Amino acid sequence: MIGYLAQRLATGFVTLFGVALIVFLVMRVIPGDAAVMMSGAGSGVVSQEELQQVRHQLGIDRPLVVQFADWASHVGKLDFGTSLRTGSPVIEDISRRFPYTLEIVVLSMIIAVGLGVPAGVLSAWLAGTWVDRILQTITIIGLAAPSFWIGLLIILGLVFFFHWSAPLFWQPIWIDPLTSLSQLIWPSLAVGLRQLALIARMTRSIMREVLGEDYIRTARAKGLSERRVVFRHALWNGALPIITLIGFEIAALFGSLIITESVFSIPGLGQYVVQSILDRDYPAAQGIVLILAAIVVLGNLAVDLLYGLLDPRTRVQGARA
Amino acid sequence: MTEVTSDALAAYAGFQPAIAPPQPTRGARILRLMLRQPLGTLGAFVLLVMVLAAIFAPYLAPYDPTAGDPSALYKPPSAAYWLGTDAFGRDILSRLIYGARISLIVGFGASILGVVVGTAIGVTSGYFGGWYDSIAQRVMDAMLAFPMLLLALAMAAALGSSVHNVIIALAMPIVPRAARISRASTLVLKTTTFIEASRAIGCSNMRTIVQHILPNTFAPLLVIATAYLGLAIVQEAALDYLGAGIQEPQPSWGLMMSGSATSLALTAPWIVLFPGIAITLVVLASNLLGDAIRDVLDPKLNRTNL
Repeated sequence: MIGYLAQRLATGFVTLFGVALIVFLVMRVIPGDAAVMMSGAGSGVVSQEELQQVRHQLGIDRPLVVQFADWASHVGKLDFGTSLRTGSPVIEDISRRFPYTLEIVVLSMIIAVGLGVPAGVLSAWLAGTWVDRILQTITIIGLAAPSFWIGLLIILGLVFFFHWSAPLFWQPIWIDPLTSLSQLIWPSLAVGLRQLALIARMTRSIMREVLGEDYIRTARAKGLSERRVVFRHALWNGALPIITLIGFEIAALFGSLIITESVFSIPGLGQYVVQSILDRDYPAAQGIVLILAAIVVLGNLAVDLLYGLLDPRTRVQGARA
Repeated sequence: MTEVTSDALAAYAGFQPAIAPPQPTRGARILRLMLRQPLGTLGAFVLLVMVLAAIFAPYLAPYDPTAGDPSALYKPPSAAYWLGTDAFGRDILSRLIYGARISLIVGFGASILGVVVGTAIGVTSGYFGGWYDSIAQRVMDAMLAFPMLLLALAMAAALGSSVHNVIIALAMPIVPRAARISRASTLVLKTTTFIEASRAIGCSNMRTIVQHILPNTFAPLLVIATAYLGLAIVQEAALDYLGAGIQEPQPSWGLMMSGSATSLALTAPWIVLFPGIAITLVVLASNLLGDAIRDVLDPKLNRTNL
């Protein structure tokens, strides 16, 4: 087990190194470097010498290899440098924004799992009835609708019916949990809807398969209550692929987050990464992309480990110790 | 129980055993396929209508999609402007029809490009193996670790915002996913006897790959190409919305929504409403078509009906 874990962590580390290299190179390819953006050279007031000076200060006039080695060695010490845009250390910016993003992720997963799994079970149990058909229609539309459009519709609805206005200040959860939850529940709904639809459809197809198994017939024949058959015998056995899907979806969730945070203008990681990339804020963009990728890699690893834990058949050879 | 075969029945009734039934014509087969997959047919039909609308946009659109009428700002849907007008007095319907061009070109372009490049990488790395395979796999892993939209966003920012750059940017996240699937099926195919036979009779690597491996990876690749068609269209809209994609005054569905929803809510909600419906419709259509293609090509996958 330890050996397997070490091997997976090593692979994950190589992957993250690749991510670092890709994001570093992509950021360098973006036309109009940070010096130009910072000094507002578009106006034509800044001379080439001044630009060169800014570049030298930022250290971006050095060869790429040197820059990368320099950055990588700092990242190794969890020092992501200073944001060119906000002027504060990137790690500080990120840790200030992370709670909002984490709260949305957790809330939207609660919405998606809490409604998606029951909806899927119900749909499978009532397969072919009008309840199933309505749920199937809703979920297939939910999969097709872009999450940022759902977010926009939620805003439209809130403004229209409740004269809602975007909060000027997003309350952090540790200061005023109730206000924070009531503010972030709406973006979480926008983010979670797609996951809800996906989980509901997945749960339905898995449950339909499981409900057709012999041991379910046996359980029914034994005279177990239908509730016990569905929840205890069927759902428990179908749980594994559902959990896997949920694990991978947490990674996909960051994709919807990036844009939904911009729609709601929430000062979270999503908006930060978009602004950093668009403003060519090298240290910030590189740092945050690397951290997001690390979350994805660790998330996938966690899913694999959980899988081995829940289903002994999938355990890797020699990983039993 | 006595077995009563149809032959016995026919003999009893004094009929000649039936001669082989006539092969159904191609048209009849397609018709039967369509009847068996009504949702897929609906999806294909909706996509076809959208493609036709995009092609014949100049004949269909009632107004110029980029020229606004200053006397008709924020007009609600009416007989003159079926879906209303936007902040510049531009007709929303006309912009939607022209916007279909960008969405469909980018969607098809990105999914085809991504699948083709991904397949080239996946099939060759699966076939040749060795250090080339290891390096390719590590690069693909790294690309997979990016949230899809993030990779596309960084690429779009790097390349600049023209239609073909947006296509390349959106193809990037598809590449590793297509590579993974085509590599997996190549690895399976490599162990089969017919590939061994093709090598034994002296086929070059190139010929083995192109003639024997590629056609057999086609089914799963077609399935993911249709799956990513919808995703590419959504992400294109997202890039435009964020300002990293197609630029004004071009009519793109994502761009059409990028005003402030809070301020539009009370004045002109239709500006946000209709482009989203258009995107949902085209993605829904491509998802339905993709599901149907998967069901037809790979019956084994039928049950995981996502």
